Amino acid sequence: MSTKVLEFERPIVELEGKIKELKHLSGGSREMAQEIERLEEKARQLQKERFASLTPWEQVQLAKHPDRPYTLDYIGEITTDFMELRGDRAFADDPAIVGGLCRFDGRTVMIIGHQKGRNTKENLYRNFGMARPEGYRKAQRLMRLAEQFGHPILCFIDTAGAYPGLGAEERGQSEAIASSLELLARLTVPTISVVIGEGGSGGALAIGLTDRILMLEHAVYSVISPRGCASILWKDPEAEQTAAAQLKMTSHDLQSLGICDEIIPEAVGGAHRGLTSTAAALAEALRKHIDELCALDADALVAQRYEKYRRIGHLERE
Amino acid sequence: MAWWRRKKQQLETQTPEEKVSVPKGVWSKCEACGEITYTEELIANLRVCPVCGHHAPMPTAERIEAMLDEGTWEEHDTDLRSGDPLSFADQKPYSQRLEKALRTAGPRDAFRSGVGTMAGVPVSVGFFAFEFMGGSMGSVVGEKVTCVFERALELHRPAVVFSASGGARMQEGVLSLMQMAKTSAARGRLRAAGLPYISVVLHPTTGGVAASFATLGDLIIAEPKALVGFAGPRVIMQTIGQELPKGFQRAEFLLEHGMVDRIVSRLEMREQLGLMLQLLGTKPKTDQPAAQ
Ligand SMILES: [Zn+2]
Repeated sequence: MSTKVLEFERPIVELEGKIKELKHLSGGSREMAQEIERLEEKARQLQKERFASLTPWEQVQLAKHPDRPYTLDYIGEITTDFMELRGDRAFADDPAIVGGLCRFDGRTVMIIGHQKGRNTKENLYRNFGMARPEGYRKAQRLMRLAEQFGHPILCFIDTAGAYPGLGAEERGQSEAIASSLELLARLTVPTISVVIGEGGSGGALAIGLTDRILMLEHAVYSVISPRGCASILWKDPEAEQTAAAQLKMTSHDLQSLGICDEIIPEAVGGAHRGLTSTAAALAEALRKHIDELCALDADALVAQRYEKYRRIGHLERE
Repeated sequence: MAWWRRKKQQLETQTPEEKVSVPKGVWSKCEACGEITYTEELIANLRVCPVCGHHAPMPTAERIEAMLDEGTWEEHDTDLRSGDPLSFADQKPYSQRLEKALRTAGPRDAFRSGVGTMAGVPVSVGFFAFEFMGGSMGSVVGEKVTCVFERALELHRPAVVFSASGGARMQEGVLSLMQMAKTSAARGRLRAAGLPYISVVLHPTTGGVAASFATLGDLIIAEPKALVGFAGPRVIMQTIGQELPKGFQRAEFLLEHGMVDRIVSRLEMREQLGLMLQLLGTKPKTDQPAAQ
């Protein structure tokens, strides 16, 4: 599957290659089997240590890793009977956001998420997961639908940002994001968002104003891309590594800032090196939060959500 | 971004703040038509060029005075100051940028909130101060905008917000981003209570401010030629790799594309807003709070 290996992944990938080779050569010899086991343990250790001390910039790269699982991958792992629903009923269907009803843990839920492509052709179709206004308007339609029938809503966030193009501006990108925010704030059903990769600015938040905000361990969430920030504040896009650190955008940063409610552990080496175990951890967390939220009545849910966002911000008084 | 810096500098070389401090004989050149007007006269004309009608940038103090009925402005939330929650430093630490803005800009942050009357109609009102760090929205701005909506609810009166902002304040990271959520949620409570909210979009309004409460007005009113959009022109040009059509994202373009209700001259803004609010009216106050 691996199409790209990041620099800090290389020693591990090389070791894994060796193990594979040995396995191929061993032909079932007991001595070799022991050696292979030893090497596998070493690879696990190496990975664990390396991934425990990633720099913010490395986290950003991991969050954008081309092999990283996307929304539809998680839907495939943790739900059944996914029924994709399309179109904003006004202009178009935007494949940069997917959504639909499915079964999860015995319930019907609405899942809405950004969807990136796996290759050039897919990415052209999905616009690299950067939604246009019709994507957010489709999301709103699906949110209302879920509310109408009383189903919880799960939002998977994975976008570099809302698409900054001519047509998107002509059709009211700002309004599309803004009205998604206002709608999410007043929905009477439980809502949970999970940042599964890139949480890029307003285009991410537009499906992220939810009762709970979860993040996969190596996901990032930021007000602006490190590159965008670097070109404005440092006047040099190449300062993006520094900007990434300054922006405090890793899952642990977001947890300390009181934004992220829970970090979901990923497979060692990242979600792309263990979709099944990462998805299982995600499912477990979702189950717990849905149960908690479903126990609240609609009024309490809306009131708590308001308070959650009302409190956010750092204020000083003179 | 370069264009507003240029304008700002021009303002600073003249007198940035109060009209009383304009020495006689100082003149300003209209950016649009080149007409030379005494600055004193220009200010008296709300910085609208008497020849071509160009709306020059307006210091927030002057706007407040022009938009509210005389003597009715009462400022609130004046004790709020930005901190530095991320200990952010780019080429300069955020704390130093804040200090400098506090020293030179006039307003104490990029937003001023309060109450007053507008052509006789009592309003809860707020003004972005573009001269303070480009009107960027950090925690303090988000809090004050939220207070404008909550105060409107408390006092059972309409809200009016004048927006001019480059977007979220990057130096407060994701806390700034979340102000979009907080303000939009507060705006929603006003809608549920049946109280009007008019959003006035000024030049320029982009990013997180455009993509939250500024485009959620029951009515959206723009000043002539105001640039309003999600992405700034430079970002769009970089993305699509071509020049933008003339007038793209300007008020007239927005009107044509159905994004604003009206374009209103600064000279008529207060009267027009008052009339709109009177025409809209408010739902009578119910005993039960509209939102939980
Ligand atoms: Zn002129």
